Amino acid sequence: MKSEFLIEAENLTKKFGDLVAVGKINFRVFKGECFGFLGPNGAGKTTTMKMVNCVLPLTDGRLTVAGMDVTKQAREIKKMIGVAPQEDNLDPDFTVFHNLIVYARYFDIPNPEAHKRAEELLKFVQLEEKRKVLMDQLSAGMKRRLILARALINEPQILILDEPTTGLDPQARHLIWDKIRSLQNQGVTIVLTTHYMEEAAQLCDRTVIMDSGKIIEEGRPSDLVMKHVGEEVLEVAYDEEVLRFLRNAFPDARLEVVSDRIQFFSNQPRGVFAHILSEFSFRAAMIRDANLEDVFLKLTGRRLRE
Amino acid sequence: MKTGRVSSYFEMPKLTYRVWRVWRRDQDVFMKTYKVNFIPPLVEPLFYLVGLGFGLGGFVQPQEGLLYIVFIAPALVATSMMFSSFFECTYGSFVRMYYQKTFDAIITTPLSLEEVIAGELLWGATKSLINSTIVLVVVSLFGLVASPSALLIPLLSFLVGLLFSAIAMCFTAITPNIDSFNYPSFLFITPMFILSGTFFSITALPVQAQVVANIFFPLTHTVALTRALTVGRLSETLLLNLSWLLVTTPFFFVLSINLMKKRLIK
Repeated sequence: MKSEFLIEAENLTKKFGDLVAVGKINFRVFKGECFGFLGPNGAGKTTTMKMVNCVLPLTDGRLTVAGMDVTKQAREIKKMIGVAPQEDNLDPDFTVFHNLIVYARYFDIPNPEAHKRAEELLKFVQLEEKRKVLMDQLSAGMKRRLILARALINEPQILILDEPTTGLDPQARHLIWDKIRSLQNQGVTIVLTTHYMEEAAQLCDRTVIMDSGKIIEEGRPSDLVMKHVGEEVLEVAYDEEVLRFLRNAFPDARLEVVSDRIQFFSNQPRGVFAHILSEFSFRAAMIRDANLEDVFLKLTGRRLRE
Repeated sequence: MKTGRVSSYFEMPKLTYRVWRVWRRDQDVFMKTYKVNFIPPLVEPLFYLVGLGFGLGGFVQPQEGLLYIVFIAPALVATSMMFSSFFECTYGSFVRMYYQKTFDAIITTPLSLEEVIAGELLWGATKSLINSTIVLVVVSLFGLVASPSALLIPLLSFLVGLLFSAIAMCFTAITPNIDSFNYPSFLFITPMFILSGTFFSITALPVQAQVVANIFFPLTHTVALTRALTVGRLSETLLLNLSWLLVTTPFFFVLSINLMKKRLIK
């Protein structure tokens, strides 16, 4: 099967006055994959999503969706995209069911078909029992699920999920993840933004990491972990002597001191840390798998973002 | 796109049938609470007719040759056009734009922002039609509608509603927050309500004020037309009133859409 790309950005740039929100980024999203934009707040993820969705004009560069130019064929592109925005913009005046019906109208979906799809989608996101309920009686998780259902009303080929699980409890988050996986299995191309590394590792085939409007790294989540932080991490409680000792033991390992803990990242195969722990004991020592969060923090730093 | 140029405020919006989708959405909301929505146009004219018409009217000499209650009845119809559409597209549209993010939700679908705003304006015009027609019916129950030409008033009310909606939307596009609607409400709408030949003949104003009311107040022309159609006094000067409305309406319609684009599309 020949893979083709559905979204292609070349030197994509967005400026707000002097602020460069997105600066000359390049990326390609292949048909059927789940593609993640990772980055701290203000990295330019949402801005990029809004340009793909044709609601924000580009300052410079080129952006095509299914071969169509976003600046010229916005309507055609918007017909094939479903968007679940970060913020709740459900219609508070309408019930759960009517929110879907009104939204279907914007896509020229005939009324009987809209009803049929709304029924199916409510079942899909497990909100059938809430169909007559108004928005202020829904929990955050239910609202996210309704937003997801709404984004699917036009049977989109591309689904854009802007921080789909931010602020949700673990149960609600896992339910959303299940739904995203099942959509991907149905062949929907998914583009999501997140700052939860676990989410990206769970869902994304490929990711880019953005910071300050630039793409600073891209690849498969597991490859990125291997490349930047290796397989495993040794963490111990901070202690000057331990620090010196371990530095001698692992001269090649990268180390990071985070408040009262020391983290050692080894580029050696799995097992080197286990050996030393079998001979010596350190306070609060543990070995864990390296993860995408380690990559993320290494690449984007620990400075707080507003 | 240069933002400074005057022409950028008057670019022709590209509109399709999709504007009615937005209109339908607003209508759906209205119909959910239609019982309370019908209270103001039903109740308000009653108090004005009783209080001002019967009460104050006993002390006031006829205005423009009309008994006082006959004189103010059409003005109540005209002011309801102004209030319903103006407030729909200031407070109403602002809440949808800013608090509910309704516009954001709609523009991710095949609709454009231009179509969203145009739909809002058409809905504002429709509110004017609905409310003023109810007031007209109430007034006619008091026997204050003399001429069959009054049947043209609903048509007029849509045009007037579109104008006031468009003016309102210009304010919505530039207002920093919802409280700032006090400026247009009290510095523009309230003076118009009092000084547009509504409760006393405009000729009672100083000449300079008459000139201002004729040049800048859409309500002056609205009241003149509504009154003429209600009592059946048709004359050529009405064409001037109508022309004023027909020129300003497309002007503000296009301007408001462009101002909203400048506010929302950065």
